[in-house]
Amino acid sequence: MQAVLLIDFGSTYTKLTAVDLDAKKIFATAQDFTTVDTDVMEGFERALLKLKEKTGDIPFEKRLACSSAAGGLRMVACGLVPALTAKAAKLAAFGAGAKVIKTYSYKLTRSDIQEIDQIAPEILLLTGGTDGGNQEVIEHNASMLAKTETFFPVVYAGNHASGDICRDILESEKHPFYLCENVMPRLNKLNIQPAQGVIRKIFLDRIISAKGLSKQKALIDGILMPTPAAVLAALTLLSKGTSKHRGIGELMACDLGGATTVIYSIARGAPTKELAVVHGLPEPFSKRTVEGDIGMRYSAHGVVEAVGIEEIARIANVHEDVVYDWLNRIDQDKSILPATEEEKALDFALAAGALRTGIIRHSGTLEMVYTPVGAVYQQQGKDLSEVKLLIMTGGALNHTDQFEAIGREALAIQDTTVLAPTNPRIICDTQYVLSALGLLSTIDPETAFELLNNIFGKEDSL
Amino acid sequence: MDKKTLVIGVIGADVHAVGIQILNFAFQEAGFNVVNLGVMVTQEEYIEAAIEAKADAIVVSSLYGHGELDCQGLREKCDEAGLKDILLYVGGNIVVGKQDLTEVEKRFRAMGFDRVFGPGTPPETTIEYLKKDLGVA
Repeated sequence: MQAVLLIDFGSTYTKLTAVDLDAKKIFATAQDFTTVDTDVMEGFERALLKLKEKTGDIPFEKRLACSSAAGGLRMVACGLVPALTAKAAKLAAFGAGAKVIKTYSYKLTRSDIQEIDQIAPEILLLTGGTDGGNQEVIEHNASMLAKTETFFPVVYAGNHASGDICRDILESEKHPFYLCENVMPRLNKLNIQPAQGVIRKIFLDRIISAKGLSKQKALIDGILMPTPAAVLAALTLLSKGTSKHRGIGELMACDLGGATTVIYSIARGAPTKELAVVHGLPEPFSKRTVEGDIGMRYSAHGVVEAVGIEEIARIANVHEDVVYDWLNRIDQDKSILPATEEEKALDFALAAGALRTGIIRHSGTLEMVYTPVGAVYQQQGKDLSEVKLLIMTGGALNHTDQFEAIGREALAIQDTTVLAPTNPRIICDTQYVLSALGLLSTIDPETAFELLNNIFGKEDSL
Repeated sequence: MDKKTLVIGVIGADVHAVGIQILNFAFQEAGFNVVNLGVMVTQEEYIEAAIEAKADAIVVSSLYGHGELDCQGLREKCDEAGLKDILLYVGGNIVVGKQDLTEVEKRFRAMGFDRVFGPGTPPETTIEYLKKDLGVA
């Protein structure tokens, strides 16, 4: 047997997945609490003990890990125009698996600089201007950023003409400077992969060790990427396939957490409506968005604000006062679990509301415009209406078997301009295999694809 | 990189897609950097593109007769966005029916456009003016 151990140091749980490469099988999983306050290896060892109870003491040829512990990868993005380079920067950071704490547009001010010092990002992504375009703003921003007092590496992915100028202004002990290709070299041309590659390299070289995750490296062959990047890798592999196997095509996934809601789409998002004209910045094939104000516990109020108290009350079939009451109890105890039928209905409504909001913000829109030659359609963002698969995951779904109903309720979107999936198959990643198989794809994509396809690809799969 | 940059597109709900491609080609051939926004372009899209690309001129096309409505306020928005002295051109079938071009030109100039071109203007004419206004030899 050729066994590989895949490790996900999550914010709450450290999850282990053992895969037999010869038999192409997941043969055991186990988890325990992540112990980031003391030494993450403690939690890892406890989880490993549980795993070995199932598998016996077998040798692992490789141990690969991803991590979102200790707050994940915290980034700040700077761009020029909100809908153009600032958006491109945000998409790049999200796709690299980061949490984008704040995105800035136009010129940074003194108070912005103070705020950035307070945020103390782990990486700052500096963009602005197409190649040959605006130089003034990014050079101004570089000189403002030079005044920050906290340490953070800067990834420069702006106007090519200003790269060296900004390096001269900004590079220091406090701000290691990484020059890479522009995230938007020409107008509406997205080029985010070079920046993502550099972000990942910094994550590996610097941030892992700063978080004490590199201790006892002997036990682990390496932390390869942030967990969200591993999930994105798995989803992209499942969609596109390998050189030997055809992928299953366009799909979406969501990760419903206590504080955030994350949506993934692996899809071109080309118009399905005839006569639709696409506008705005093209979006990446593998797109990830993070809603920091939407979640089941820490961000429960955000869900209610986004969909409205009456909608939550309607879905849960309770009076609005009951919703307020549940929110108060969540405020008092973030780890509260629903016990009664009514509480379960309330959590169901919150989950559906969170998911719906995340999907609406992630999906493109289609608006009908009347012209002298008749009605035409204007599309912004991705058309995901014909996506056939939605994979659900996240800690918030641990305590419910209602995930499919939650998904259906979330997709019952009244606003007809939203290009969200209309009738996808809905599957829950109950075993948390996505991040593990994303890791596996870096060494054995064929096996990773086969396992993913067995779990999610089949019409009758659970 | 010394090339001058133009942002071009068809404004409003106008979907005439062919002429803008011809202009795109002709302007590039004449030595300009061209950012072609295509059809159904909003005022905001011209402005945002011009900021990122540090454009020297915005060339607005309109062929369906509603140009006058669509173009109102573009100059003011440019001023607001910091594109203070950007060159603004407009051309095509910019008003309804066959109106006297000098009258039409007067109205568009009052809206802040630097040059106004009527129906059937060959690209060469526009290129000539662009070179003159942008100081290209």
